[in-house]
Amino acid sequence: MNAPLAASRDTPLVNATRFRQAHEGDWKRLEEIVTRMEKRSIRTLSDEDLLELPALYRTTLSSLSVARDTSLDRALINYLERLCTRAYFQIYGVQTPAWRQVTGFFVRSWPEAVRSLWRETLFCVALTFGAALLAYLLIRSDPSWFYSMIPEGVADGRDPSASAQYLRSTLYDGPKGKGDGWLGAFATFLFTHNSQIAIFSFALGFAFAVPTVLLILYNGLMLGAFYAVFAAKGLGPNVAAWLMIHGTTEIFAICISGAAGIRIGMAIAFPGRASRIESSVEAGRTAATAMAGTVIMLAVAGLLEGVGRQTITNDGLRALIGSAMLIGWLTYYYAWPARRGARGK
Amino acid sequence: MASSAIKVRSLKRTFITPEGVDLRLELGSAGSRAAAFIIDLLIMTVVLVVVTIALAWMAVPGTDQVMLVLWLIGFFILRNFWFSLFEMGSRGATPGKRFLGLRVVARDGARLTGAAVIARNAMREIEVFLPLSFLGAQAAEGLADTFLTIFALLWSGIFLFFPPFNRDRLRVGDLIAGTWVVQTEKAGLSADLVGSAYQPRRTFPPAALRLYGVYELQTLEDVLRNENPEAIETVARTIRSKADLPDDGDDYGFLSDYYAALCAHLEAGLMVGRRRESKFS
Repeated sequence: MNAPLAASRDTPLVNATRFRQAHEGDWKRLEEIVTRMEKRSIRTLSDEDLLELPALYRTTLSSLSVARDTSLDRALINYLERLCTRAYFQIYGVQTPAWRQVTGFFVRSWPEAVRSLWRETLFCVALTFGAALLAYLLIRSDPSWFYSMIPEGVADGRDPSASAQYLRSTLYDGPKGKGDGWLGAFATFLFTHNSQIAIFSFALGFAFAVPTVLLILYNGLMLGAFYAVFAAKGLGPNVAAWLMIHGTTEIFAICISGAAGIRIGMAIAFPGRASRIESSVEAGRTAATAMAGTVIMLAVAGLLEGVGRQTITNDGLRALIGSAMLIGWLTYYYAWPARRGARGK
Repeated sequence: MASSAIKVRSLKRTFITPEGVDLRLELGSAGSRAAAFIIDLLIMTVVLVVVTIALAWMAVPGTDQVMLVLWLIGFFILRNFWFSLFEMGSRGATPGKRFLGLRVVARDGARLTGAAVIARNAMREIEVFLPLSFLGAQAAEGLADTFLTIFALLWSGIFLFFPPFNRDRLRVGDLIAGTWVVQTEKAGLSADLVGSAYQPRRTFPPAALRLYGVYELQTLEDVLRNENPEAIETVARTIRSKADLPDDGDDYGFLSDYYAALCAHLEAGLMVGRRRESKFS
């Protein structure tokens, strides 16, 4: 390497040299500040550094532009590109503070995302109840249909051959083999399991929503099949209350996550005027927000199912809690944002 | 040289800052993306094992349920939110990505939102975890026949080979979320090859300076910076024979003087709007 000689009596031979001499101090200063921000956080900067940062960033950016046009020193241009990129991410990539992201999610993004999915949600609700009705009618006409819809492990003895007494016991006694002490673990298991299904039905939307629709359809069939078994023994209202306490939240959540998957599938299959990529990005972000919300809904449903349903055995109370939850969710999603918007105007 | 071919294959992408300067971000290669993912998986496994042992060790009779609840929730968060939580932070990268100098960025240059991060990571469920757990569950029950194995492999294959087969190295999750993964390495400012001061230099006839363009100049720059004696000797020999100059025995000195002269010559051209890209133009 050519060490710079002490005696300078000529102007530098090439632009890169001239340029380095004029601005190297600023670049090094910016590099030092950015490195400190990357290593720790913006809080370690002094007020002086903070005031200097934007000016240094702009100087370095303009150095980059000038260097690209007038200098042929590739190492210099590379250095400036990387330095500017690092500074850019420190200055513009700053995240909104966590608490504001969280409040923004609850106050705005979540209800808005769910509200914008209303058509898909309605479709999923209709699909669930349509499938349930179909299963109900089929099983009432010929109970053997039950066995082709529900796997033996899931049925757990609750099939058309079960006695009314056994069925009644499944509604009012805790889950077999688990004492009261395990309610918390049971609720957690239900929550993680259902949330995993919700995330799947979001992600499977990518396959043009076909697997998502099948998932929702099957969910509805199971619902109808169980209802048919209990209704045949005159336990219809009892099982409805048993399902409602958590079901209003859980089935609603599953419908929303299905709606999120359908939104993605539709955006890819029928992008409309936007390009396929643009429309899937738009749909993906809305759907992801709604899906994150369903994970919270399912946590609530898991608590209601695992703890609430096992401790509350009164049908009226079960139905009341279920209805209250449903009204609560509906208000939060569809009525509240509208009111907030009206107040804003 | 074949500059158009280089442009197509290169991973540099236009990325314009609000100030209107193109930063030319470099995308993370498929290899480093995969390596980052494997590192994350390893860390996740270690965390899972450590937490499981710790919980089992702390459990005294009567608190088993609390431990089980903690484990279930911990496993759920680890599986679904490990990537999201790290990428939502200010570094925009999981530990694995950070180790390899990668970072998640919104493709449109806007701020990376939580929704985008969740979308890109929820897709991992069908890209990786679904076929794996499907296969695992079937194998555990002894039901994994050849057909099923092939199907699971094909399914993951489609998603696994999605990134190398699109121009921007996008995962399905990136596609949906509108993100891409870029390389953010540090680079020190290297020494100035020409030097600031006046010093006696070899002079070259104009014909010798008309031989090459910017591409060759920058290749020469790389040769000088790498200081590989064999490369320096070969390049010096080639230039001497092309320009018909005598050999004075100092290859490095010759090349750095030639670099300075050629650079000054080409820059003079730039000043009047003549940029000679390569020796062919």
